[in-house]
Amino acid sequence: MFRTFDWTDQKIEVIIANLLRAGVLLAALLVIVGGLIFLMRHGLSPASYHVFAGEPFELRNWKGIVRSAFTLRGQGIIQLGLLVLIATPVARVAFSVFAFAIERDWLYVGIAAFVLGVLLFSLLGSAV
Amino acid sequence: MNNLEFTILVGLGSFMAGFLGALTGLGGGVVLVPLLTLVFKVDIRYAVGASLVSVIATSSGAAVAYLKDGFSNIRIGMFLEIATTVGALFGAYLAAKVSTSAIGAVFGLVLLYSGYLSSRTPVDPPPDQKPDPLATRLGMNGEYPSLAGPKSYNVHRVPLGFGLMFGAGGLSGLLGIGSGAVKVLAMEHAMGIPFKGSTTTSNFMVGVTAAASAGVYLSRGYVDPGLAMPVMLGVLAGSLAGARVLARTKTRQLRWVFGAVIAALGIEMLYGAFTGKL
Repeated sequence: MFRTFDWTDQKIEVIIANLLRAGVLLAALLVIVGGLIFLMRHGLSPASYHVFAGEPFELRNWKGIVRSAFTLRGQGIIQLGLLVLIATPVARVAFSVFAFAIERDWLYVGIAAFVLGVLLFSLLGSAV
Repeated sequence: MNNLEFTILVGLGSFMAGFLGALTGLGGGVVLVPLLTLVFKVDIRYAVGASLVSVIATSSGAAVAYLKDGFSNIRIGMFLEIATTVGALFGAYLAAKVSTSAIGAVFGLVLLYSGYLSSRTPVDPPPDQKPDPLATRLGMNGEYPSLAGPKSYNVHRVPLGFGLMFGAGGLSGLLGIGSGAVKVLAMEHAMGIPFKGSTTTSNFMVGVTAAASAGVYLSRGYVDPGLAMPVMLGVLAGSLAGARVLARTKTRQLRWVFGAVIAALGIEMLYGAFTGKL
């Protein structure tokens, strides 16, 4: 009984860890490509982060970010990479809901679903 | 300084932060924000946004490495994430309400505390205590491999651990750190989970916690691509390099040195906060 549970849990963890690694690699790749474009175009402009201004609206929500990335703007592609990065832990929790359901552990299906809800609330709040 | 020079210098600094963070197990975020604000004069809100993103990268990137130990307890992690994610949302909302000096002051205190923690040797709690009935109901008790075969452990004081995790999440959302140190404290001291299990489960949770507040930071315009790019790539590369070196180094002395550096940064942050320079 316990053995089966352990085995399933471990199998889930292997899948999750690889999922996370793939997500991070994809994110890093996007950030590198976007970064190169950004530096080629704006590398010699002065860097000013001392005064806080906030990002332009299009770089704050996923629709704007995707649009900006598809027009090959460096900053948009970087931001898309960051969005992919933020999505990796969310995907992990989503996968856990599914995995707990396969194990028929309904208590943990509920717990994982709640966590997923909090994450989506935070992430999709930026869709407005 | 132009963008190219800034990218290179911040990238190198972030690499060092990620490297030391992995070696000492404290994570890169805790030195990253002081580095960006004190050395590079970055506004603390931009610094926190970039740091949060790098925290996710480190946590997700290291998950495979941690897995080889097989120590993480997925149920403990998931249950406590209720507290950390809600806490993180709260922290992120708070970050918009309070002044940057207040954020700097809290950060300084957390740095001092982390410095103290890193200089102390972890102790495993006595294993024979009775489990919290709540922990048994939630299926949290587990086992971890040791030299003498698998050792089982029981989980204690779930409500206290849960409360501390809310605090850890709040600090993470306010300061853009993984607050792995507070998480380990809650699991190790309050809940009696063995040190090895605590750190692995903590890494598991750090990414999810940071993601909860990162969404809020992004939509508020605190995540700047030009800044986050060298920070995220530098910390990620540094932490991966650090994890490789980790197996071959004695970390005791290193933890001491890192602890001293962190404490010094804490004093510097407090000074900056009270003189209104942050």
